[in-house]
Amino acid sequence: MLSIQNLHASIEDKEILRGLTLDVKAGEVHAIMGPNGSGKSTLSYVLAGKDDYEVTAGSASLDGQDLFALEPDERAAAGLFLAFQYPLEIPGVATMTFLKTALNAQRRARGEAELPTPAFIKLVREKADGLGISTDMLKRGLNVGFSGGEKKRNEVLQMALLEPKLCVLDETDSGLDIDALKVVAEGVNALRAQDRSFVVITHYQRLLDHIRPDVVHVMSKGRIVRTGGPELAHELEARGYADYISDEAA
Amino acid sequence: MNAEVRPIRTAAETGLIDAFERARSAQAGGEAARAIREEAFSGVVARGLPNRRVEEWKYTDLRALMREAQPIAEGATEADVSAARSLLPLQEVDALRLVFVNGAFAELLSAIDAPQGVTITPFAHALQSDARAALTLAGAPQGDAAVALNTAFVTSGVTITVAAGTKVARPIHIANVQTGPGHAAYGRVLVTIGEGAEATLIESFSGDSGGHQVNSTVGLTLGDDSKATLIKLQDEGFGTLHLATLAATLGARAELKTVALTAGAAASRQQIYLGFKGAKATADLTGAGFAGARRHLDTTLVVEHDAVGCTSRETFKTALDGEARSVFQGKIVVRPGAQKTDGKMMAKALLLSEGAEADAKPELEIFADDVVCGHGATVGALDDELLFYLMSRGLPKVEAEALLVQAFVGEVLESIEIEPLREALVARSERWLVARD
Repeated sequence: MLSIQNLHASIEDKEILRGLTLDVKAGEVHAIMGPNGSGKSTLSYVLAGKDDYEVTAGSASLDGQDLFALEPDERAAAGLFLAFQYPLEIPGVATMTFLKTALNAQRRARGEAELPTPAFIKLVREKADGLGISTDMLKRGLNVGFSGGEKKRNEVLQMALLEPKLCVLDETDSGLDIDALKVVAEGVNALRAQDRSFVVITHYQRLLDHIRPDVVHVMSKGRIVRTGGPELAHELEARGYADYISDEAA
Repeated sequence: MNAEVRPIRTAAETGLIDAFERARSAQAGGEAARAIREEAFSGVVARGLPNRRVEEWKYTDLRALMREAQPIAEGATEADVSAARSLLPLQEVDALRLVFVNGAFAELLSAIDAPQGVTITPFAHALQSDARAALTLAGAPQGDAAVALNTAFVTSGVTITVAAGTKVARPIHIANVQTGPGHAAYGRVLVTIGEGAEATLIESFSGDSGGHQVNSTVGLTLGDDSKATLIKLQDEGFGTLHLATLAATLGARAELKTVALTAGAAASRQQIYLGFKGAKATADLTGAGFAGARRHLDTTLVVEHDAVGCTSRETFKTALDGEARSVFQGKIVVRPGAQKTDGKMMAKALLLSEGAEADAKPELEIFADDVVCGHGATVGALDDELLFYLMSRGLPKVEAEALLVQAFVGEVLESIEIEPLREALVARSERWLVARD
C-alpha cells in the first residue's frame, strides 16, 4: 500500500526527515510515536504535499504510484487522506458545500460521475449521524465555531465520505477529552477495512487504546528507530521517550 | 496675445467640446437648463479632464483612460433593441422593468405597470417642469468631472416617486444596455422615497464589447422613516468606460442598503456621496468587485454624517487577477454636532496574481467628539494554508481558489434578500472565477 524509502525532507534548508523508511501493507494500522520535534507532523505534510517542505532524497509511493510526482489534490484522488492536527476554519464556505465540492472533485479525477445532490445529502446525513454531527453544523462555515472535538469529528466525516485507501491521522487525539476521543476513534474503527490502511501519528499511547495498531514505530530525529507490536506503545507510555532522545544525542 | 499657460487639449477634450456644441441646441429644458449645462461644461473645459494631479482622481486618471470622446448615442434602432434583448440581465427577477438601450427608453423590453403610490415619469418631464432640480444632483460635488459631464449632456432617464407610506413589493429594475458602434450614453435616475415608504431598486449595466462610454447618475432622496435597497450589477462589455455617481440623502430614521457587483467594463468608477440629514438613520453600503486582464475598478465614496446618532457601514471587497487594478477611496466625515455617530468602513482586496494591484485610501474627518468611527483596509493573497487544506481534500488549485474567493465576497452577495437576484449575482461571480477576465 504505502512504501517510503530513505526519505529526506527539509524546510527552509533545515533537514527534518533523515532517511525514513516505512512499509504499510493493505488493511494494516501503523502507529508512529515519538517525542516532539522528531518529525512526525512533517512526515504527514510531506506525504500530503504541502509545498513548504522540500523532498531532497528518497521516495514514497501509494499502490505503486509515485506520490511526489502528484499535486496535493491528485494525491487525494489517488486515495491519500490526511486528517489535520489543526483543521482550518474557512468562514463563508458552508461545510456541506465544501464536502460536496471535494467529493465530486475526487470522483471527476477518477473518471466517475458526480453524485446527484439528493443522493449526496442522504450519504452525508447517514455518515454525519454516526459521528454526532448535526445538520446545523453542516450548514455553518467549515469548522467555524466548531469545538476541538467537533473539528476532529468533521475530519473523520470527510474521511468517511471520501473513502481513501490510506488515512494519515496527525495527532488526532490532541485537544480531545476522553469522550470526544472515543467518538473519533469509533469513527475511525468503523472505516477499518481489508483494503484500507492507517498511519496513526501520536505522542501518547491513549489513542492507541481505542484505535488498536498492528505495528508501532518509534520515530526520532527524522527516522524510524524502533518497530514492534502494540506492546511497544505501553512500554513507551511507562518509560517515556528519554531513551530515544539520549540514544540519538550520544 | 497672452502669456497664460494653457494645457494642450486632448482628443477626448476636443471631442467633448464639439459634442457639446452639437448637442446644446437640441437639448430639452429651455433657457434654465441651458445655463446650468453651460456652467457645468465650462468647468470641465477650464480644468480639463481630471488626471493624476487631481487628488480625487489620482488613482483613476480619466484623461489617460478616455482617449477620445465617443459620439452621443442617438437612440436605439429596432435592430439595437432586438440585440439588447439578449444582453439584458436579470430577466428572471420578477420586477417592474425600465429598459434603456443606448440611452433611449425601450418600451418593447420594459414592463412599467406601476402600482398604486408609485409614479414613474421620463427624465425629460422633470427637465421641462423644473430644470434646476432635475440638473442638480443634490449631495454630489457639482464640479466633479463625472457629475458635470452628466449634467451637461444628460437627456434620458427617469424620475421615480414613491408616495409616503407606500411599500412597494416588487423591485424596480432600471436596465441600461449598450449595443452597436461605440457611443456615449448619459443617464439620470431621480428617486424620491416618501416618508415611511419602502422600495427596492435594481440597476443593471450591460452591453456588447464596443467602446462605449457610459455616464450614469442616480439621485436618491429618502424621507423620514423610509427604507430603500439599491442593488447594482455593473456587467458592461470589456471595451466600456463606466462612470457612475450615486448621491443619496437620508431623512430621520431612514434605512438605506446598497449592494454592488462590479464585473464588467475596461475601466469603471463608482462614486457614492451619502449625506445623513436626519437623526438615527442607517446606511449599509457594500460592494463586491472582480477584475482581470488590465481592467480598472474604482470605488470612491464620501459619507457625510450631518445629523445625530446615525450609523454607517461600508464594506467593499475586490478580487483581482492578471494586471487588474482596484482603487478604493472612502471618506467618513462627521460634522460638528453629529454626535453619537457610528461609522465603520472596511475595504479588502484579494490579489490572485503577481501583477494585480490594489490601492486603498480610507479617511476619517471628525469634527464631533462623541463618536465611534473606524476604518480598515487589507490587501493580500489567498491564504496558502487554506489552499493546501482544500487541495488535500481533492480540490484542484483553481477550484480551491474559487471556493475561497466566493467565501471572501460571499458576505456581500449573501445579504441580498431577493433569491433569484442573489443567485444571478452569485452565478455571475462564479463565471468570473472560471474566466478570471
